[in-house]
Amino acid sequence: MAEADSPDVPPAPVPEKPAPVRVYRHRLPTRIWHWVNAVTLLVMLMSGLMIFNAHPRLYWGQYGANPDRAWFAIGATADTGYVRFGETRIETTGVLGRWTDAEGEEKTWAFPGWATIPTSYDLAAGRRWHLFFAWVLSAGLALYMVWSLLGGHVRRDLHVRRAEWSPRHIWDDIKDHARLRFPRGEAAARYNILQKLSYIGVIFGLLPLMIFTGLTMSPGMDAAWPWLLDLFGGRQSARSIHFIAAWLLVLFFLVHILMVILAGPINEVRSMIGGWFTLPPERESEA
Amino acid sequence: MSGVLLPRRQLIARAGGLVAAAGALPLLSGCDAISEAPAVRKILSMGEEMNRASQRALMDRDALAREFTRADLSPVFRSNGTKLPDGAAYAAHAATRFADWRIAVSGLVARPLSLSMADIRAMPQRTQITRHDCVEGWSAIGEWTGPQLRRILEAAGVKDRARYIVFRCADRIDDALYYESCDMVDALHPQTILAWAMNGAVLPIANGAPLRLRIERQLGYKHAKYLTGIEAVASLDHIGAGKGGFWEDRIDYEWYAGI
Repeated sequence: MAEADSPDVPPAPVPEKPAPVRVYRHRLPTRIWHWVNAVTLLVMLMSGLMIFNAHPRLYWGQYGANPDRAWFAIGATADTGYVRFGETRIETTGVLGRWTDAEGEEKTWAFPGWATIPTSYDLAAGRRWHLFFAWVLSAGLALYMVWSLLGGHVRRDLHVRRAEWSPRHIWDDIKDHARLRFPRGEAAARYNILQKLSYIGVIFGLLPLMIFTGLTMSPGMDAAWPWLLDLFGGRQSARSIHFIAAWLLVLFFLVHILMVILAGPINEVRSMIGGWFTLPPERESEA
Repeated sequence: MSGVLLPRRQLIARAGGLVAAAGALPLLSGCDAISEAPAVRKILSMGEEMNRASQRALMDRDALAREFTRADLSPVFRSNGTKLPDGAAYAAHAATRFADWRIAVSGLVARPLSLSMADIRAMPQRTQITRHDCVEGWSAIGEWTGPQLRRILEAAGVKDRARYIVFRCADRIDDALYYESCDMVDALHPQTILAWAMNGAVLPIANGAPLRLRIERQLGYKHAKYLTGIEAVASLDHIGAGKGGFWEDRIDYEWYAGI
């Protein structure tokens, strides 16, 4: 109590908490495109799995049908479901090839009802969803590419600087990600090298690949643009690439969600809705 | 004030019930309900017209489907749909190797025709090795020979009012005869032929003997088999259920099947 009675002793300094710094991180086109894509890619994936169910076999080359060798297939034996890669067969009863629907009925379509649009087999409806949202995806991507290139998004945010290309820098960034050591302060508002490469890879690589392999499956487009067949090595090769690229997008999505959760889901999601991002404070040891 | 409070409480209870019901409903059947809502179907179906219009804008009217070489032929050409039409009449034709088979050319034409297989084979022929794309996703490459549809339509003198060609078939699925249709762009396309030969031999029954349509820029279900008639019409409204084809009428496959 003595201390309290003595007015001469100054109170111990309480470190003042700095006010959170907010930065405008995502511009409106990015936010709109992000959420439109979130819906579109989900619809494309689930309706695409429905279409795949109509013929759950993949081939390389110009042609491929049941009598031909499939490099990948999902199928059913008398009492199991399986996935086959080349000569390797993996039993997937209950999930792929043979599963039980909500009514308890056993089905032998490749992908289960919870993964497809609609939930029960309807190729026409699956195609209707897929071929409509293909327009949403393509138009959105085209507009976003133009805006990103002309509006400075690519130059300012996605452009990989010379220093970032150094293997050491990339390796350091990989190590930081592996240790879940995310940038704080100012640096958190900028994309790191792995983010830049992922976003550029998706916008200018994977999504165009999906669209063009999709178009190669169209007999009309093959007549209009015969080079599509040469580019991908045939309609069935294009179908295989389309399927593989779809799962690469799913992989991107999973890593993306994981990173959002690890980096602070509320702040991240809020910035993708309203645009403003709160900078995580610098680490004390570094301050 | 109880008169005011009670409805409010009821309202809350009702809202709560709705939320609970929505939660109890399997999410997925909700998606299916969306999928089947007429307004949603209408919006999604706009994709078909967008695909047709854009493909027609992008491609030359006579842009050809890729033609392959004999080295590219599928070792086995998968047959699909009807593999053997029912009925004594077809069986009798098959027994005589379709010697008396006839194909009628009717509708909006100046000179209705009834062509025998000999007439078909006597016309100038086109042979093409093309890829057959099923809506389900598989493809097979085959060699096809037959007269161009445009030559038959010219012989019959198709009237200007004709906007579509309807293809009548001998195979019955679930008690209705198969049929298909296309517009005049595809009808007059150089690769649109009535094929009576496949891979250098007479067309097998499983693939549509004695005569089938090849319409190379569209999916497999448009390639009508077991042809009995060709009809030029101004509208598809009164053909079948009005959607222009057997599967279009029944399970909503797109009429424009270029994608």
